[in-house]
Amino acid sequence: MPRDESEIDKETFDRVLAEELGKGTSQRVAEGRARSAAIKAFRAAHGEPGPKPPKARPEGAVPAAGGNGAGGNGAGAPAPVPVGVGASVGGGTPTGPAPTLLAPGPTGRVPAPKAGQADKHRLLALVAPEGVQRVEREQGDRVNTFPHLMVQEFVALLVVSAGLVIFSIFVNAPLRELANPNLTPNPSKAPWYFLALQELLRYFHPTVAGVMIPTFILVGLALVPYVDRNPATKPGDRKLAITLFTMLFMFGAVLTIIGCFFRGPGFNWVWPWSQGLFFEL
Amino acid sequence: MKLKPPSPMELLDRVRDTEVWKSVFRPGSIFRKGYKDTSRDRSLAMMNNVLFHLHPVKVKRHGLKLTYTFCLGGISFFLFIILTITGIFLMFFYRPAADLGGATAYADMQRISTTVFFGDLVRNIHRWGAHLMVLSVTLHMGRVFYTGAYKPPREFNWVVGVLLLFLTLGLSFTGYLLPWDQLSIWAVTVGTSLGGYVPLIAKQTQFLLLGGVNVGPNTLLRWYVLHVLALPFVLVIFLAVHFWRIRKDGGISGPL
Repeated sequence: MPRDESEIDKETFDRVLAEELGKGTSQRVAEGRARSAAIKAFRAAHGEPGPKPPKARPEGAVPAAGGNGAGGNGAGAPAPVPVGVGASVGGGTPTGPAPTLLAPGPTGRVPAPKAGQADKHRLLALVAPEGVQRVEREQGDRVNTFPHLMVQEFVALLVVSAGLVIFSIFVNAPLRELANPNLTPNPSKAPWYFLALQELLRYFHPTVAGVMIPTFILVGLALVPYVDRNPATKPGDRKLAITLFTMLFMFGAVLTIIGCFFRGPGFNWVWPWSQGLFFEL
Repeated sequence: MKLKPPSPMELLDRVRDTEVWKSVFRPGSIFRKGYKDTSRDRSLAMMNNVLFHLHPVKVKRHGLKLTYTFCLGGISFFLFIILTITGIFLMFFYRPAADLGGATAYADMQRISTTVFFGDLVRNIHRWGAHLMVLSVTLHMGRVFYTGAYKPPREFNWVVGVLLLFLTLGLSFTGYLLPWDQLSIWAVTVGTSLGGYVPLIAKQTQFLLLGGVNVGPNTLLRWYVLHVLALPFVLVIFLAVHFWRIRKDGGISGPL
């Protein structure tokens, strides 16, 4: 039920709102508390509106856990699960290890077929307790995705688009002369993200530098969660993992930077500030 | 009595009251009449939108902190969208042919930079965006590692992520050849020469990659198809798995 439809006690609302604001509570929270108090006051004076689901519930029915955090998924009490109609199904006693959710017992009020019509009854569903996938998670400190996260993502999107477009207006992508298989430029470099490997080629046999090391890194990375069985996520409790990963990351970054900026003709060492850059994106 | 014409706002209100408008914008849409800033409508806004519903209705508050994610995964995905759009634009003007000395591909590149309306800008966006995507995916992996987000139950999503990194590199590398200039064929020659050192199946690997013994017209066509169709197709599938697993594994990891 949209909360705006609830009737409230205006007097209480004003009083509590003034109190809360006086205490220095933020406007939004203060209004919420005032509204809550006002609705309670109104109900105390006029009685509960509409049906009273908690008291009308048949014996044995435990209120189902309210929603799954979806919030506002329609109003009203959760519909009781029909476990068979009458006693015609499976004896009626739930099996399995002490279920926490119980369907209401049969009411005995089986609707009589209309006169002159065939005797039909419908079975909506039969779900064994162990067939239900239970999602258990605590509610935690959550906020609505809309607008909080969406606004952030939108801003990030704008910043990236703007940066990319502005950069692209001023900096042209390279286009050299037509490809010529008979004329090898010096140096010829791979794209920047492979320059760490090209750098490794200076030190190792190509089978090692070009095949084994990349395969090892890629497979090793994929296996990280299965090798690192330490459940901690706090950086202080996983020093070894962080050290190793940082070393690998830095190793790659340093080799890439060397390959990009410090390698010139013949892939020999150059100082970019004196001999110039031999690097194209 | 004089009839006043409706103000623009009244007109908009009337339009928003029509059946057509209401059929387009589902309940909870901020464009629908009567949107209220309540928990209910905020939830419906997420649930009833085909794009937004990749996200859950609620997220952990700490996940909003910019220094937790740096938005890197989202930026990577967004760059992929930009690259798809600019790539489709470029496909209208580019033919992956370099046969018989007539280098159609290179001529098309020149035409894109000189005569196609906005061709140069779109090509620049495509190229710089591609480099940026390699960077953002790599940094995203670093972020996920440092926050320990690959730990149970998210192990498999990390594996999918490594695959996506590999596919991103593949997409970038196959795209690198397409301009068919000196820069691209020699970069690819250097890169693929490593394939000649794969134990046991060196020749086969290289032949498969290049469609010949050297980088040539066959390579161009082969890599073009990989670049515009095959690799994006695979990437999108794994992207779907990646996003789906984020939800199924309980949303964003943490807090630390």
